[in-house]
Amino acid sequence: MTILTGARRALLAGAVGAVGLFPFGALAQSGDTIKIGVIGEESAVAGASLTKAAVMAADEINAKGGLNGRKVEIITYDDHSSAADAVRAFQRAVSQDKVVAVIASYISEVVLAIEPWSARLHMPFITPGAASNLISKAVHDDYDHYKYTFHGWLTSAFIAQAVCDYAKDEFVGPRHMTTAVVMSEDAAWTKPLDEAYLECLPKIGLKVLDHIRFNPDTSDFTPIFHQIEDAHPDVIVTGISHVGVQPTVQWHDQQVPIPMVGQSSQATTSTFWKDTNGAAEGVITDTAAAPGVALTPSTVPFVTEYEKKFGVTPSYTGYASFDMVHVIAEAIERAGGSTDPDKLVIALEATDHLGTMGRIQFYGRDNLYTHAMKYGPGLVTTIAIQWQDGKQMCVWPRDKANSKIAFPSFIKLHASAN
Amino acid sequence: MRAVQILVDGFAISSLYGLAAVGFTLIFGVSGVLNLAHGGIMVVAALIGWAAAAEFGLNSYAGTGLGILAGLATAYATYLIVVRPIQRSRAIRPEETEIFVLTGTLLWGIMIQVGMAYLFSDNPVTIRPLVAGVVNVLGVRTPANEILIAIIAWALIGLLWLLVNRTRTGKALLGASMNPRGVTLLGYELTRIYFIAWTIYGLLAGIAGVLLASFLGVGTANTGQLTASAFSIVVLGGLGSVSGSLIAAYVVGYLETMTAYLVAPTLRPIPALILLVLVVYVRPQGLLGRR
Repeated sequence: MTILTGARRALLAGAVGAVGLFPFGALAQSGDTIKIGVIGEESAVAGASLTKAAVMAADEINAKGGLNGRKVEIITYDDHSSAADAVRAFQRAVSQDKVVAVIASYISEVVLAIEPWSARLHMPFITPGAASNLISKAVHDDYDHYKYTFHGWLTSAFIAQAVCDYAKDEFVGPRHMTTAVVMSEDAAWTKPLDEAYLECLPKIGLKVLDHIRFNPDTSDFTPIFHQIEDAHPDVIVTGISHVGVQPTVQWHDQQVPIPMVGQSSQATTSTFWKDTNGAAEGVITDTAAAPGVALTPSTVPFVTEYEKKFGVTPSYTGYASFDMVHVIAEAIERAGGSTDPDKLVIALEATDHLGTMGRIQFYGRDNLYTHAMKYGPGLVTTIAIQWQDGKQMCVWPRDKANSKIAFPSFIKLHASAN
Repeated sequence: MRAVQILVDGFAISSLYGLAAVGFTLIFGVSGVLNLAHGGIMVVAALIGWAAAAEFGLNSYAGTGLGILAGLATAYATYLIVVRPIQRSRAIRPEETEIFVLTGTLLWGIMIQVGMAYLFSDNPVTIRPLVAGVVNVLGVRTPANEILIAIIAWALIGLLWLLVNRTRTGKALLGASMNPRGVTLLGYELTRIYFIAWTIYGLLAGIAGVLLASFLGVGTANTGQLTASAFSIVVLGGLGSVSGSLIAAYVVGYLETMTAYLVAPTLRPIPALILLVLVVYVRPQGLLGRR
């Protein structure tokens, strides 16, 4: 995030005379406009991409003549990473701003607070970034009630699966690693993530020597790194999103000699390099897509345009949010232009959209993760990126990779590794 | 081995706590102000220092210098915009001034936090360490920067001691903290003394902010915690006592480090807070407090 865009945002906020829930363009009343509410977290690295990317998607649709001639309008809200603010924004979007669907938040706690309101108000709702398994589990357990919620990003279980998949291909196989320590922030999304890590890591041949969950308010990670080093693992597997800069910088400054891989959400955006002064070198994270990696024909044009507009690359939520606006638009088309919530749900369930992240479909009613985005080859698999010389390089899967894994000199791969 | 780790890690963080807290206690001693925007001043210094280097391409020394100046400017703003108007207001009864200053600085601190979050996001940032690399201290791999921070902190505290005890200005500061009216009778202008105290405070808080950013990283979300930790240390040490604050900084720093290593990193701040509550019960004037 550059200062300029931040300052512009601050000026804009001042100009409209509201600190939070002010819908841009709420006065534009038009029966021909299809309104989609987008609730983002403007002051969080991952959440700030969400609204920007959604507006880009709407601009793209409108530039092509709109949705059957109707203009798509994005109404944005900022929930300040607060569940209470998000629920208020959601209610306002539905009752006052008359949106037809809502895209909201990358924070599981926030999404889990909105979900019951989506059910009560019969408002189709997609999260493009939260991960907790509980989001889609609720839909599965009480479909008739919760069917309006869709999960437009991978569940924690699948994120863990993706991490295990690339750890197997890159670390267990070629680098002969056998042990790991799991290090996750204490949050709703990491509970199922850690459960899945503890299950899949041993299966791929990485014995888990220690499992550390820490308070997201932690500022000094020195004792945690010492504890990890005492266990002598080959690799640290992370689950971090609310934190990122501090553990990464301290890992680098203290020259902790163990590679750090896993899910590090803040590392998915280009601001991370500046925020960490380059301490991100060597960090590997799972993410939706990356600059210069043509997962689908729309990936690179989107990243290029986003970077041109905002001076930074999108975080993973940017890709998902961009795709979800298109998913909603296509669902409205499939529903014959209807924005009736129940018809829209049926149309959303039939989603088959080739987006920036891959081919997007949702699991059906019988699946444990009802309405969660499907994970797997040919669909969305995510990629693993590594920070190398200030750039996010794709290192997995091999057929998409544009670089090979390389670690900074302070990393000492296990003696048995080569 | 574990003991050495605690000794080394605790020393750096405690020195930094001490540096941040002595300015806080000095302001209280001299002008009776408990500045609850303290964390905000440190955060401004850290973020401006980071932005100067990362966004505008200054080298890390120039960036750090700019960050310290930003901290000083914010301290002045705190004094001129918030504290002084409240102290001089005729609408506020004299016995209520302190509570208004507390409230005013608390709200000011929140304004700083929210404003900085809008400008820089609430993501923590780090200033490039002044020295890179690690050194081996008694078998513990320690970032060289951590050692430099402890040295800088103690050099500054030493300078402050010299200033207060060996110069006329310092003696006037000391005098103002004991008996403001007496100092004015000796021909000193209280406004000037307050201004000097806020200058020293702004510089110390700014330096502590940039050093912390180069050590652990600082973000707007840390504002409240930084204020709370300075506040706890100062109350523990005795309000207005500089040496008490230094001792308390080490007590809190080591208690936190020991908890993080020996119990759980998550519980880090808890024992120090329990100690603080006990001190308030048993010895409300703090370790070396006069009041």
